[in-house]
This record gives sequence, C-alpha cells and structure tokens, in this order.
Amino acid sequence: MDFISILSIFVMACFVGYYVVWSVTPALHTPLMAVTNAISSVIIVGALIASAAGGSPTAKWLGLIAVALASVNIFGGFAVTARMLAMYKKKER
Amino acid sequence: MEHAAPPAWVMLAYLISGVFFILALRGLSSPATSQRGNRFGMAGMLIAVVTTLVTHEVASLPEILGAIFIGGGIGWVTARKIAMTDMPQLVAAFHSLVGMAAVLVAAAAFLNPEAFGINGADGQINPVSRVEMGLGIAIGAITFSGSVIAFLKLAGKMSGAPIMLPMRHVINLGTLAAILGLIGYFTVDQSPWIFWTITALAFVIGFLLIIPIGGADMPVVVSMLNSYSGWAAAAMGFTLHNTAMIITGALVGSSGAILSYIMCKAMNRSFISVIAGGFGAEAAATGGPAKEQRPWKRGSAEDAAYMMQQAESVIIVPGYGMAVAQAQHILREMADVLKKQGVSVKYAIHPVAGRMPGHMNVLLAEAQVPYDEVFELEDINSEFAQTDVAFIIGANDVVNPAAKTDKTSPIYGMPVFDVDKAKTVFFIKRSMGGVGYAGVDNDVFYMDQTMMLLADAKKMCEDIVKALQH
Repeated sequence: MDFISILSIFVMACFVGYYVVWSVTPALHTPLMAVTNAISSVIIVGALIASAAGGSPTAKWLGLIAVALASVNIFGGFAVTARMLAMYKKKER
Repeated sequence: MEHAAPPAWVMLAYLISGVFFILALRGLSSPATSQRGNRFGMAGMLIAVVTTLVTHEVASLPEILGAIFIGGGIGWVTARKIAMTDMPQLVAAFHSLVGMAAVLVAAAAFLNPEAFGINGADGQINPVSRVEMGLGIAIGAITFSGSVIAFLKLAGKMSGAPIMLPMRHVINLGTLAAILGLIGYFTVDQSPWIFWTITALAFVIGFLLIIPIGGADMPVVVSMLNSYSGWAAAAMGFTLHNTAMIITGALVGSSGAILSYIMCKAMNRSFISVIAGGFGAEAAATGGPAKEQRPWKRGSAEDAAYMMQQAESVIIVPGYGMAVAQAQHILREMADVLKKQGVSVKYAIHPVAGRMPGHMNVLLAEAQVPYDEVFELEDINSEFAQTDVAFIIGANDVVNPAAKTDKTSPIYGMPVFDVDKAKTVFFIKRSMGGVGYAGVDNDVFYMDQTMMLLADAKKMCEDIVKALQH
C-alpha cells in the first residue's frame, strides 16, 4: 500500500471515530475508555512481527516484552469492560 | 522476509478486524447493546492476532505463547479483582502499558527494519517510515511516562496536588521543539543516537506534562492519555501498513480527544489551560485566605430521614467523595427504602464528577442502581426547581452557584446543578473546613434551606437508613 492509501484510511477512520464516539452515552464513558484501551493493544500485531522474526535477538526480546504488555491490556481491558457492562441493568419493577 | 504486498485475504482480515473495533464502540451507544459490542472487540482482536501469526514465519511460537499467557493472565486476574472505585488508576496503568508496547515495537522496528519490510533498496530505513517511527516512539513514550504519573496520583501514591517547576512552560516547549526537530533530522540521518534521544526526551516530557496537573483535572488527563495511546498505535500502523492498527488508532485517538473536550467543556476550561497545569494551586491562592464566617445549619441523620420520607421527589447528586467513602451501596439501599415508601428517587451526574469520565455511573451500576434512574446534567437540571430534596453526597464544585454568578470565581462559567432551587438541600461533607478541589467556598452551605450533614458519607447513609426503618 502506498502512503496516500494508508493516509486515506486513517482520515476516514478519524471521521468514523468522531461520529461513533459522540453517539456513546455518557453513562458508558468509563467502559469506553477501558475498551478503547483494550483495542489500542492491537499494537500487539507489531510486537508479534518483531518477536517472530529472526535476525536481531534484541528486537525479538523487545517484541516479546511488548507482546506480554499488550496481552495484559487485551485480556485485562476486555475482561474489565465486560465486568462493568454486566453491571448496567434496567429497572426490574 | 516479505517485501511484496501481503495477499488480499490478509488485508481483508485486518480490515474486518478494524470494522469489528468500530462496531465495538458503536455498541456503547446504549447499555443494551454494549455487551455485544465488547464481544465484537474481542473477535476483532483475535482476527488480528491470528492473521499476524499465520502470515509470518514464526521462529519462536512457544516464547510468544508464553508471553501472551503471562501477560494475559496478569491482565485477567487484575480485571477480575480490581475494585470499581479503583477504575481510574487501572485505566491509567493500562494506558502506560500501551505506551510502553508502542515504544518497544518502534525500537524493535528500528533495530530490525527488515522484519517490518520498511527498509529501502540501499538498506536504509525509508524516510517516511522514519518519521512514523519517530512519532510512534515519541507518542508512546509520552503516553507511558505521563500515564505512570497519572497512575501514581490517582492511586494516592503521589500527592495529587500540582507540582510546579519554575520555568516549566519554557522547559516543556523547548523539549517538545527538540523532539520535533530531531524527528525531522532523523529523516536525513538515521544514526541510533537521534532515535534514542527522541525516546529519552519524550519520556521526560510525558513526566513534566503531568506532574503540574492537580486532582480535579484528572478526568481530562486520563482522557488525553487515552487519546495519545491511540495516536501511538496509529503511528505504528503507518509503519507496518496495517489497516487494523490504523483504524483502531484513529478510533481511540478521536475517542480520547472527544472525551477530553467534553471534560474541558464541563469545567469551562480550555484544553491548553488544563495542560498548562496548576488549577488547584492558583485557586487556593485566590480563594484561600478570605474565609468567611457565615451561619449555617447542621442537620442529623434523623432530620434527613424525616424530610426525605415526607418528600415526593429526591434527587441525589454524587461526587468523588462518595467513591472515596465507598458509599454507593448503602446509598442505593437508602434509595430503595425511600422508593418503597413512595418517594421518587433520581440520580444526577455531572460530566466531571469523579476522577474519570463516567466514573460515577460505573459505581452506581456496581451498586445495582438501574441506569434509567441516572440522569445527565442537561437532562435533569430543570427538575431541581420542582424537587423537594436535593441530596448531595461527596460533590461540591459541581453544585456551586458561584459558577453562575461570580465572575471572579475560578469555576465561573462551569455548568453546575441548580440545587439551590430545590426546596430542601442536604449536603454530606466530612467537615466545614475543607472546600472543593477548586478551593472555592460554596454558597449552598449557607442557604436557609440547606442542612449540612457533617460525617463520613458511608456512615451518614447508614444512619439515615436506620432512621428510615424506624
């Protein structure tokens, strides 16, 4: 992909993000932060590439540490979001 | 390693992953759809991880799985055990991990550019990739050190009071300019010292930016760091030409930016003034010494119980003090007793109540308060005039009428609850001495219809429940 295609995706995604986030109800702003935290750990993709590759042992170890850190976030972020969301209940009566 | 474009299905898989992340946020538009949204998020992450693993020659699968297992285990256990009141510091801690991961990935890409397919024919890293990496590592490092400070302040391991360095604006702007200048220079000279200097300076500025920011501004800081963690991921997505990372980065970046904007607006402060820091300190200097001695009334738990039983409608205004006292559960019990006796009970939440956006909502949800009894500022504010009792628990600045009337007040212009229009006001506060985080006196204390309930919030609610059940 050339730079311009990537930039186009990025700019479009910013607009999507803008509208999607404004539609989030303020009551769920804390879960929003927790889940955005979890999904920003998609940076694990870069960490996996670094740790999968041969060539530089240092880069591999940096990658592995990054994999571990991102995993804390992925599992922790989604789990804590799920835990919070399960608490939001409507009136029973 | 592959320099050619990846096969179409791979690009498609990352695109689907990105779309799933959009759906994850979209689900949060209502509590009813939010859990499904979260599952979309998990699915998106799984797709991204599996796609990466199957399309690369993985020389070290056991190590990778080990790293995922260790990290995932720590994350999962933490998420299960954490108390809801500690959510702000947990989120700050998670932000710091994203920042650090971005730093490590950028560093790995610099050390082994071939693995990432970012080196040109001459073996040098492409200049465009160098800018992306430089930005990625800088934003990642700022996110890391800034979040560590935010975590320490939120967890009470470091004083929440603003710490002012002399000449801090000059130092900050100078450091920032140096980082940008070095990133520019990095495109013509890819010497390691430039890369590592950028990293070091970025760590320092993240630290410097957050230490002067005080407790009440924390919601803005946490949102801002959330935004940065997104931009860091996006920058690395540019380096890796990865759609999932770019979409996610843009989503998270805008999300944090919008939350910061909402928080700033709810305090009537500009983003720049928050980042420049020192809210608490300046306010204490102006509002501190001239402490007035005005008459005020002290109420008891029995007074509160009696008045609320007689009332038709009660609006509860919770604030950070409720979180500190862990009073949300007993508060809900109190509301339950009142509701059984035919009183209408509603909760009013200010956007900046607590230490992060939506903090109060989560605590009330934890205490099993139905979310349709909880209202936002603009939806409920007109109701105070027809309300018998406003019950303020652990909030202060968000009910201060000075924000509407006193142009010299540091909180002037901040939208506040019109609790002064309610027939009776009960104000739970630990003592008359302390003022809110903005350090401003509050006219509500001295109104005729106000009774101060001076006690720990939890203890006071317990006593009111006892009195109600007599």
